[in-house]
Amino acid sequence: MREGLINFAYLIASVCFILTFKGLAHPRTAVRANKIGALGMLIAVVATLTASGIGDWRLITVGLVIGTVIGAILATKFQMTGMPQMVAALNGFGGGASVLVAGEALSANDQFSAQVLVATALSGLIGAVTFWGSFVAYAKLQEVLIPGKPVIFAGQKALNALLLLASLVAGGFLVASPDSHFLYWSIVLAASLLGVLTTIAIGGADMPVVVCLLNSYSGLAACTTGFVLDNYMLIIAGSLVGASGLILSQIMCKAMNRPLTNVLFGGLGAEIASGAEADSVYAGKIKSVSAEEIGMLLESARRVVIVPGYGLAVSQAQHAVRDLTRLLESRGVNVLFGIHPVAGRMPGHMNVLLAEADISYEKVIEMDAINPLFPQTDVAIVIGANDVVNPLARTDPSSPIAGMPILDVDLAQTVIVIKRSLSPGFAGIPNPLFVADNSLMFFADGRLALQEIINAVKAPT
Amino acid sequence: MEQLVVALIVFVLAMFVGFEVITKVPPTLHTPLTSGSNAVSGITLVGALLAAGVDRGPLSATLGLLAVVFATINVVGGFMVTHRMLQMFRRKD
Repeated sequence: MREGLINFAYLIASVCFILTFKGLAHPRTAVRANKIGALGMLIAVVATLTASGIGDWRLITVGLVIGTVIGAILATKFQMTGMPQMVAALNGFGGGASVLVAGEALSANDQFSAQVLVATALSGLIGAVTFWGSFVAYAKLQEVLIPGKPVIFAGQKALNALLLLASLVAGGFLVASPDSHFLYWSIVLAASLLGVLTTIAIGGADMPVVVCLLNSYSGLAACTTGFVLDNYMLIIAGSLVGASGLILSQIMCKAMNRPLTNVLFGGLGAEIASGAEADSVYAGKIKSVSAEEIGMLLESARRVVIVPGYGLAVSQAQHAVRDLTRLLESRGVNVLFGIHPVAGRMPGHMNVLLAEADISYEKVIEMDAINPLFPQTDVAIVIGANDVVNPLARTDPSSPIAGMPILDVDLAQTVIVIKRSLSPGFAGIPNPLFVADNSLMFFADGRLALQEIINAVKAPT
Repeated sequence: MEQLVVALIVFVLAMFVGFEVITKVPPTLHTPLTSGSNAVSGITLVGALLAAGVDRGPLSATLGLLAVVFATINVVGGFMVTHRMLQMFRRKD
């Protein structure tokens, strides 16, 4: 009877999780959706605590209190610009928990079915890759300990393949002899190395894909833990997360026109284009402008489209963008935002920053919808973006970004590019947009540049 | 064996539900989707509670306690981060 009630509670929790994802379909219902998810989690936890056999509350209480305090501090202290690394770190804890739960189940029981053993081995493998992969991703995004550039050495792929093979073989042996617990921990060890090595090989701008993929792994780890414990709620919740991560990685890869394997193993961004090539593209053709000239252009514009990139996050320019938007709108200018799916360091990164600055999501337009508007745009302002507005993607089939969908800012009447220098973007190639006839460069830090432009627009003429 | 088949059925059907529901999430909300699904993946907490609450020796207790801490960080942090973010998407009238 009690078992039946607990399973019924798990069913309700599972429905809550499905409703969470359903509610995220619109910003209006999203806050409630998240609360429903938290409610589902609460139901699941309370139901579990009533399960027969739970005799010792001390460890549970201590664990819940420590975890809640750390989680709450992390969630309230971080800056919105640091969202990608925050998500990566939280993700890692989930993967780590799966490793520990499966390890505990192995150490505490002596009767196992083959299903449980396979699932245990997979929990160790996927969980450990998630844990270490996420923390490497965190370190790269936060720019601590590990360089953001891809770290690649000879034989890395072979070593990765070997590690994966080793953990699968150890898993096979574990199924045959469940009493050899060291086999489980050697799977965890090999998978930990695998998680570190596969993630350090990936460069900063490919991080959106990695964050999605690790998210998907953490779901699959929860799933395999569900198979270990024979708990359908874990399987349902885990597969929802797994599906979500997979869909997002797919969207990101499509937006870069690169297959997932290329993102994971391609090592793009390790090399930077030779200076000579960049010089021949840029030499003597750059038109640099002052804030005053930009101010005049903006005053006579009817439609302005702002295209932000990772540089916006780096210079914390979202509030300055908001101020400029409000100012131009008060002068009757129509201001919109065009967002590339891979702008920033995680999917939707730019949208979050603009939302933080109180810019209505209705003005923030996705790539396919904003592109037809560029020919009727007077001024396009590119802030801290590079590869996603590089016309070579359309014109040069030999370019590393050939075929990648881009924002067609070059079709606007005038393009203003706010950038600190002519340094190449992640793909390491020069950008002919900067020397196009309708392009003007404003070399400055994003936030300071916007502040100067605001002052110029405000100044009486 | 039968148990495994039922579990697999649940897994496959849930995957399909996931794909159907999640493809409807607009790009604007992709970051909250990532952090929200991240919080949901902390459901491992349920397994962690069972591991920590049942007395099965010191190794089991240590692993269980750590698992509860990790999963709780994931759950509490995940839902709070998502809430903070989604608050900003509210329409300001």
